[in-house]
Amino acid sequence: MQNWPLYEVFIRSKNGLSHKHVGSLHAADADMAITNARDVYTRRKEGVSIWVVESKDIKASNPEDSEALFDPAEDKVYRHPTFYDLPDALEHM
Amino acid sequence: MTEIQSLEKRFQDRIDNEERIEPRDWMPEKYRKTLIRQISQHAHSEIVGMLPEGNWITRAPNLRRKLGLIAKVQDEAGHGLYLYSACETLGISRDEVLDQLHTGKAKYSSIFNYPTLTWADIGAIGWLVDGAAILNQVPICRCSYGPYARAMVRVCKEESFHQRQGYEIMLALANGTPEQKEMAQDALNRWWWPSLMMFGPSDSESTHSAQSMAWKIKRFSNDELRQRMVDMTKPQADILGLTIPDPDLKWNDEKGMHDFGEIDWGEFWAVVKGDGPCNKERLAARVKAHEDGQWVRDAAVAYSEKQEARKAATDTTQVA
Repeated sequence: MQNWPLYEVFIRSKNGLSHKHVGSLHAADADMAITNARDVYTRRKEGVSIWVVESKDIKASNPEDSEALFDPAEDKVYRHPTFYDLPDALEHM
Repeated sequence: MTEIQSLEKRFQDRIDNEERIEPRDWMPEKYRKTLIRQISQHAHSEIVGMLPEGNWITRAPNLRRKLGLIAKVQDEAGHGLYLYSACETLGISRDEVLDQLHTGKAKYSSIFNYPTLTWADIGAIGWLVDGAAILNQVPICRCSYGPYARAMVRVCKEESFHQRQGYEIMLALANGTPEQKEMAQDALNRWWWPSLMMFGPSDSESTHSAQSMAWKIKRFSNDELRQRMVDMTKPQADILGLTIPDPDLKWNDEKGMHDFGEIDWGEFWAVVKGDGPCNKERLAARVKAHEDGQWVRDAAVAYSEKQEARKAATDTTQVA
């Protein structure tokens, strides 16, 4: 089991919603990961669809890069509707 | 009942039940084809839509306006990408979809085949074209096909500033010098009717409508949405002190909505069929951008192959 790869599990709680990350588990292969995810994460009908993906296949952003990645959006207030001055009488906008 | 009929019935029952359809669910071939057509056209419209507005980025009258316009055009690019991804969940490749645009087989919204002649056009597009787009798109957030509906939720949320950006431009011009006000009125004159045409042919002429309504891809008819556009926009034009270029436009107390004049359907079909003022220019610009970008795509692949080869070489050395 220590050699079994780690899988990240994503569950769609109902049709119309996206798959959401719920946790991870070890399994010998992807089929077993689905079977196990069903038992571990959907015992109370939490889902209608399961995705599993090997954790090593996920490339995550480096927390040290957060500033470079996300700070530039901070001063772009003009991307938000409240930046624009419009009269109060205006409706449906 | 044959097997296919029973599958179709189960499918329709799910739709009637307001259930969402997801990529791996069974769906009628025509549902899949209809969605591929609609979502890809929608994506193409976002991408081609960058051209008329991009035309004014370098000539925006001040930094504030330029920032707003760049942010809006960036959003259109992003929206195109969300929609292309949603389209791919239906089993068509990105290359195929792009090819359909570049060969002229797929359409995009005809509104982008009109030119942006003055700065006021940027205001009119934000106010009217985005206004019409929002009316069209909000109901698609409840479309029966999950990936399309989810993409649309993101699009609508991000687009909420686009229309305000445009209206603010119109407001500044309408309250400016007589020349500026005239420029705003001229833009409204040229964009009003094409904006109303964005809702598509009238219900009696619309070939795909009935089936799309039954499948809940569409929630309101073309004419219903067009009426809503007129009713919403008239008071907004009044605040600007501008006149909507339609002598037949007037409030009908009995119906509780505006009456308005007949659309020039001859013009509508001519632009759809390729004879609008900018059809050739837009398509040529898009194809050129795609071809000019080929070396970037090639370089990206070459780089990733080189990294892969380097990694393989290191791994071999380590094992040895």
